[in-house]
Amino acid sequence: MGRLSVSLCGIELDNPVIPASGTFGYGYEFAEYYDINELGSFSFKGTTAAPRFGNVTPRIAETPAGMLNAVGLQNPGVDRVISEELPKMKRVYHKPVMANVSGFSLGEYAEVVEKLDGEKQIGWFEVNISCPNVHGGGMSFGTDPRAAAEVTRTVRSKTKKPIILKLSPNVTDITEIARAVESEGADGVALINTLLGMRIDLARRKPLLGNVTGGLSGPAVFPVALRMVYQTARAVKIPVVGMGGVSRAEDVIEMMLAGATAVEVGAANLIDPFASRKIIRDLPGVMDKYKIENLKDIIGGANK
Amino acid sequence: MKQTVLTVQDNQPIAKSVWKMTLSGDLSDVTRPGQFVNLKLDGFYLRRPISVCDKDGDTLTLIYKTVGDGTRALAGYGKGKEIDCLTGLGNGYDVLKSGDAPLLVGGGVGVPPLYWLAKTLLAEGKRVTAILGFNTKDEVFYENEFRALGANVTVTTVDGSCGQKGFVTDALAGLDFTYVYACGPEPMLRALYRATKTDGQYSFERRMGCGFGACMGCTCKTIAGNKRICREGPVLERKEILWED
Repeated sequence: MGRLSVSLCGIELDNPVIPASGTFGYGYEFAEYYDINELGSFSFKGTTAAPRFGNVTPRIAETPAGMLNAVGLQNPGVDRVISEELPKMKRVYHKPVMANVSGFSLGEYAEVVEKLDGEKQIGWFEVNISCPNVHGGGMSFGTDPRAAAEVTRTVRSKTKKPIILKLSPNVTDITEIARAVESEGADGVALINTLLGMRIDLARRKPLLGNVTGGLSGPAVFPVALRMVYQTARAVKIPVVGMGGVSRAEDVIEMMLAGATAVEVGAANLIDPFASRKIIRDLPGVMDKYKIENLKDIIGGANK
Repeated sequence: MKQTVLTVQDNQPIAKSVWKMTLSGDLSDVTRPGQFVNLKLDGFYLRRPISVCDKDGDTLTLIYKTVGDGTRALAGYGKGKEIDCLTGLGNGYDVLKSGDAPLLVGGGVGVPPLYWLAKTLLAEGKRVTAILGFNTKDEVFYENEFRALGANVTVTTVDGSCGQKGFVTDALAGLDFTYVYACGPEPMLRALYRATKTDGQYSFERRMGCGFGACMGCTCKTIAGNKRICREGPVLERKEILWED
């Protein structure tokens, strides 16, 4: 194992860098540009039971040092993900992948996980209980500890693969949600999803996004994400996957010092399609600079 | 798609709030009229997608309107400024479908991508007619450039201050054409779609996140299923267009 390797819920990663769901398609879109097997893993586009078109456009807006998105879980539905998207993914990516799943009911989470569970390449389920851009599901499960616990219990009963609950920052105390899912058998938590925000178009005097509100991501959210990773890592024993505005190798190291075992890269992939690879390639030099021999040794280092 | 650094050669206003920028560098992925480039501007997070007006050797021409903070910043870029660009984005127009007498219809900053298209079609011996629509005289640009290529050009302005008074659709009467290539604001495309049943390709604009197909920010519904304007578009076949509402 190299200097960059980490172990996430019992699965070895060559490095801790994982492109985040919704910013990396099913991988093959990026495989046109570089060999994505260089990645630690990646989390594919959020999957629901039925196909979803998502929200009306505009779905994207610029913000200071970041962006808002209100895509709304556009995806072809679990059956076509299995029949069309995953075969294309398998041709270009040969490591365990993270399956990001969403639902509007406990039954939907159960159905999606049950159907995907037979896919050998899926290493982990990343269970999204924090999408701010859908109504009646998504984030409503992730802002109430009892609902978050119920989703965890439901998914736990459908798979033996590691389940990582993706948490919302749009709560008063994220550690309360983290503890709730840990107690129901979650193998890890991933945070943060986007922060709820909005912008208004001055010329039209109307919300800029078709959905009115959207999720804020990009460098603007990094300090908030880092703080929540730090707090959560102190509150639970299961691994924490850190994300939120990570844009460079230094950010990965900060996240790991705050307690992250692995680190997801989101919005940065949309600005620079090579961002995740660049971060991985920059890591050894930054580690040398800060006298870090092995990345796995620094996890939670700032928490001690 | 290629990520490359292009260098500004020139950047000048050519009409009211409309600027023309030429850049040089590696344009090997810019292959079809109707494609766009996505520019990383200092101090802005998302890239700015701008349609390609012309490619001549290693010189790229972009024409853009200053509508927001990003494009206003772009107008401040001078000769020698280097811009990180994603090039060769979008499907572009298919020139093989034009027939002998294609009609090109552009509105406002929808005009620029039709320039390289006109040049390409004329080089293949097609008889090109262009209708270029603007709101008012101050906004008119590239009329002479289209004429210099050898196209038959009609300019329309809504207020009648230049060329024929009215909308681009008011200039269709009496024209004989085999195919329609269009780019402009959605109300114009919609009116054109109603005004002529002739087959064609229409280019659309959307706010984009990435510009290369990853974020699903610019998806639209079509008869052929969901399409990403940045990837399967911006050019859609007339027969696959589904107008929303």
